[in-house]
Amino acid sequence: MKKPEQELAEIKSMMERSTRFLSLSGLSGVLAGIYAIIGAGIAWYWIYFPLSEWGDAANELSDSELIWRILFLGLVIMGLALITGWNMSKQKSAKASQKFWTSASKRFWQALFIPVLLGGLFCFALVHEHTFQLIPAAMLCFYGLGLVSASHFTLGEIKKLGFSQLGFGVLAAFFPQFGLLFWAGGFGILHVIYGSMMYYKYDR
Amino acid sequence: MKGNYDKAFENVVRLRVMSILMVNEEYDFNSFKEILEVTDGNLASHLKNLEKQEYIEVNKSFVGRKPLTTYSATSTGKKAFQDHLEFLENLIKANKA
Repeated sequence: MKKPEQELAEIKSMMERSTRFLSLSGLSGVLAGIYAIIGAGIAWYWIYFPLSEWGDAANELSDSELIWRILFLGLVIMGLALITGWNMSKQKSAKASQKFWTSASKRFWQALFIPVLLGGLFCFALVHEHTFQLIPAAMLCFYGLGLVSASHFTLGEIKKLGFSQLGFGVLAAFFPQFGLLFWAGGFGILHVIYGSMMYYKYDR
Repeated sequence: MKGNYDKAFENVVRLRVMSILMVNEEYDFNSFKEILEVTDGNLASHLKNLEKQEYIEVNKSFVGRKPLTTYSATSTGKKAFQDHLEFLENLIKANKA
């Protein structure tokens, strides 16, 4: 018989590996945050420049050409962030010689994407109804919910990240004139902070 | 001493299988094979052994045309695993004292 401590450690590691997706790359979170900050900068330039002040963007956004351009920009940022996250996590699991596509990772992506996809549909409804000022709040809230639900299947930091996104989302709902700023804070700065925390803790 | 050292979990493959089934409602044969890195025959014989003791249940179904075999822990199996865990914990405590 093995030592009981070893046996317990064995049990614990099997339980974690079979339920949690541990290959999430921290560095890809930092990169996703940087994309978001750049994107928010471009959107700010399109909407506010040369006025260079925050405030009611509804007038400018009623220009439908601009809103489609911003939506397209948002989709490009999301696509880039997803591709980066996917590939770097895949590399990380290859490095640790673990399988990337396991039942645990399936559950992780599923838990994340159900709220995120619904949030996307909700945002299209907001565009359709011309309620542009609530879009950043809705994006942050749905993304935060996705992260909190996915956090059961991955590293603990994701739960804190989710709650922080929810906090920013609620603030953005109450102060819609600063929506873009909260959006950059949530998708940009929070990703950079938590991504680098995860990088230093797990990836090095 | 409280708890019970269960011979069924003496083998590391069976211990791992049971650990996985304690935290997953069900788990399929191929996923076991991947995570445990064992051969088909080896895994099958250990699963058979646990099944014979009624610690796990087998559920066969089809996904399209492919057969899918999933396993889940029975209440007897869960109880036995808990007792085994308890034994290990008590053993550690006794060793420290």
